[in-house]
Amino acid sequence: MTGQNALLDRRDAVKTLLDDRGDLLVVTGLGGTCWDCTAAGDTPLNFPMWGGMGGAAMVGLGLSLAQPSRRVLVVTGDGEMLMGLGALATISTARPANLAIAVIDNERYGETGMQRTHTAAGVDIAGMATAAGFVQTCTVLDESALAEFTDASRSVAGPLLGVIKVATDKVPLVMPPRDGALLKDRFREAVLGTPATN
Amino acid sequence: MSASAPATPTSSRSDWPDDIYRTLKAHDVRQVCHVPDAGHARLIDLCNADAGMRTTTLTTEEEGVALLLGAWLGGERGALLMQCSGAGNIVNMLGLSRTCRFPMLMLVTMRGEWGEFNPWQIPMGQATRPVLEAMGTTVHDVTEAQAVGPTVDAAAGLAFSGLHPVAVTLSQQLIGTKTFED
Repeated sequence: MTGQNALLDRRDAVKTLLDDRGDLLVVTGLGGTCWDCTAAGDTPLNFPMWGGMGGAAMVGLGLSLAQPSRRVLVVTGDGEMLMGLGALATISTARPANLAIAVIDNERYGETGMQRTHTAAGVDIAGMATAAGFVQTCTVLDESALAEFTDASRSVAGPLLGVIKVATDKVPLVMPPRDGALLKDRFREAVLGTPATN
Repeated sequence: MSASAPATPTSSRSDWPDDIYRTLKAHDVRQVCHVPDAGHARLIDLCNADAGMRTTTLTTEEEGVALLLGAWLGGERGALLMQCSGAGNIVNMLGLSRTCRFPMLMLVTMRGEWGEFNPWQIPMGQATRPVLEAMGTTVHDVTEAQAVGPTVDAAAGLAFSGLHPVAVTLSQQLIGTKTFED
């Protein structure tokens, strides 16, 4: 993908992924995807991570195994996913039918000075997920492919992974609450009911 | 050279993994994840055979911290089984347990502390407790078989009711000191 012009705006892409989401459960990576998902609308059904780099996909796995009747979408960045590539093998082996991962790939470490990630050199995260045994993977370059992946993420038996190539434009910070205990409690209450936080 | 069975442990009973399994069941643990260790082999078999438990094999122990956060978000209790080398692999991720205040129960088989023959195991074995404690984890050490069940029970109570990271370290006195000699 080196040198390719990214076609999609990250905020628009994440908004599409989360439009009319119903009771979809969402886990974000830290940094850009945390702000993107919050910009699309903060809700207790988001679990936005501010740390634990490399762990977002695995949080999604634990959640999808605990809530097999709900769809779970992990929205994370290329740098975050690269830090936890072993999770692709673990998730593929666990085979959660209700889990999809969207990697918002700007080929940069956006929070630390826009240094190039390995995807800028051509490392293919979707190809890695395919090799790990994911049921369906894709690299999304345009809006029609994004719409297709969005539909699949809510309906196709997974695990699924889509790499969504986006532009490197700077976008405003839109932050969710930062207290991890609050984010955890509000999520559990929304999913499990009030007794979950007692 | 091939790995042999552990040498005779100093502790008399060898069915303590069954005590751990029963204790996990009593605390309604539904998700068990692990990077395998010989000391956990029987417990892993027991968990694998239980239709009410979901076992997940990990590529590295830090995946287990994130997995159990996800499980807790979805309403399930879990436990992470690992060898003490995993305590080194999970350090940053373990911070999630304190930040988000979710229970993190870890059952840690020890190397590098009691009659260890392999020098490569010693640094992490000796650092296991301070590393876990540095991240705010309460560490209970067990050296005798009869203490395993009560200690895991107490650790699970502290973790699940106290919303806290707790590790039980299972000594080589209990497991036996690994050798490659027979």
